[in-house]
Amino acid sequence: MILGRVIGDITSTINHPFYDGKKILIVERTQPSGAAMPDYLIAVDSVGAGPGERVLVLDEGTGARQVFGSKDGPVRSVIVGIIDAVK
Amino acid sequence: MLLGKVIGTVVPCVVYEGLRGVPMLLVQPLDKKGKKKGAPIVAADATRMAGPGETVYYEGGREAALTLDPWFVPVDHAIVGIVDTVHHAAGAKR
Repeated sequence: MILGRVIGDITSTINHPFYDGKKILIVERTQPSGAAMPDYLIAVDSVGAGPGERVLVLDEGTGARQVFGSKDGPVRSVIVGIIDAVK
Repeated sequence: MLLGKVIGTVVPCVVYEGLRGVPMLLVQPLDKKGKKKGAPIVAADATRMAGPGETVYYEGGREAALTLDPWFVPVDHAIVGIVDTVHHAAGAKR
């Protein structure tokens, strides 16, 4: 899993049926210190994360599908936690 | 998934049988600020509705093939949604 920060959200009317009703967020990768890295990814939210929050992102397909109880959903990146602190 | 901008369409004359009828679009990957990043890629359009000029989000790897039916096809990038709006959090630079 990787550390990130939510920097925005995406609204989309036309999408793959799997994504209907799912919250899609833009997450920038961060160092453990919280400093932003150049990379980003677009992840589906499963925990109620919002803009500005530090999050834990799972970036692996089988685990991501398991989160949504789906056998063949085209999903790989899922926000699976909200981080209070990294010590 | 990453953001991209559709910059063209690709019209193949012969394709693997599972890919017949699947739209192929030329996509310019974007960085988190919406600027061009890297070389354009060809992506299958799982929405079947995207077109040049639109901002999309696309999936790579095995999950890209899972967007299609049949899914066991040789595809490494697929568009899964068309972006209506991108809202950036307060303080985050666009």
